[in-house]
Amino acid sequence: MGLESLFKESGFFTTTIDALVAWSRKSSVWPMPMGISCCAIEMMAVADPKYDIARFGSEVMRFTPRQCDLMIVAGTVTYKMAPVVRKIYDQMPEPKWVIAMGACTATGGIYRTYSVVQGIDQFVPVDLYLAGCPPRPDNLLNALIAIQDKIGRTKAADFKNAELPELNEIQNN
Amino acid sequence: MISADSLSQKLINQFPETNFDISEYRGEITIQFPKKIVIDLCKFLKYDSELEFLLCEDITAIDWAKRKERFTVVYHLYSFKNNLRLRFKTNIDESEQSGGKAGYSIDSVTSVWQAANWQERETYDMYGINFKGHPDLRRMYMPEDFEYYPLRKDFPLMGIPGSIPLPKK
Ligand code: SF4
Repeated sequence: MGLESLFKESGFFTTTIDALVAWSRKSSVWPMPMGISCCAIEMMAVADPKYDIARFGSEVMRFTPRQCDLMIVAGTVTYKMAPVVRKIYDQMPEPKWVIAMGACTATGGIYRTYSVVQGIDQFVPVDLYLAGCPPRPDNLLNALIAIQDKIGRTKAADFKNAELPELNEIQNN
Repeated sequence: MISADSLSQKLINQFPETNFDISEYRGEITIQFPKKIVIDLCKFLKYDSELEFLLCEDITAIDWAKRKERFTVVYHLYSFKNNLRLRFKTNIDESEQSGGKAGYSIDSVTSVWQAANWQERETYDMYGINFKGHPDLRRMYMPEDFEYYPLRKDFPLMGIPGSIPLPKK
């Protein structure tokens, strides 16, 4: 009853590498749960049996950024926390995507004060802003589907090799 | 149970030369006292066998902005023995600090209650009041190199742009 039943006798199909890679990438997005405050509770609810993020292939929440390709920033990012978020983002391997979950993360939300960053797009690139305070778990699933759409439309040519001058230096010596 | 009257009597007996302003509102006692006796007063409140205010619940401050004695430091205590809460406060004015700069200071009460340690650090972080004799007076919430005191009335709500650097995009 799997995919192979579609192949009938012949046993092969034709596609492009871009389509195959994008399809496999988008079907197994591994999220980095950057849960900072109350929105994180809704993010946890997404993993429970009722909402079940596993249906979308993203149940492997990794607590090390080195194994993730989607960072879900869920919560109020203060100025003091901003370098930490950026550092974790930098540790994720390319290609990577970011969801700014909740009003706080997207705009500062109800915290219009000196201590809260008024929108994390000031220091990390954001692919999707998710409205709500907090957004319901189904809304986060919706965001995940939108990110999957976006990933599904990528081509290999979209990603340039990251420029790592430090790495070149190490290799040359 | 100790009442405001008997408490004020005790205080007057203990500190005969000091002016206290003691008021009671709905069973809550508030004492206003001059800042130089803060440690003696705290020791008395904690160690007196009838009072025993063993728990230092909170230390905070009020900024009156334009008033001459600009800050009020407020202490909240609790006595398990009497099931009684006590608030006492003192006004502080600008004075000469070590290093020759003017600033606001009061003696630290960490020697009386260990719990005062973080509460005084928080008050220092938010209002810039120096607690003299505090073992580790560092900032608590704000970054260590931050130069301002956010709960002072002259600090803008949205902060000072660029005072806390963000990582580069
Ligand atoms: S958007 Fe609302 S729920 Fe989410 S972190 Fe901010 S205050 Fe909390």
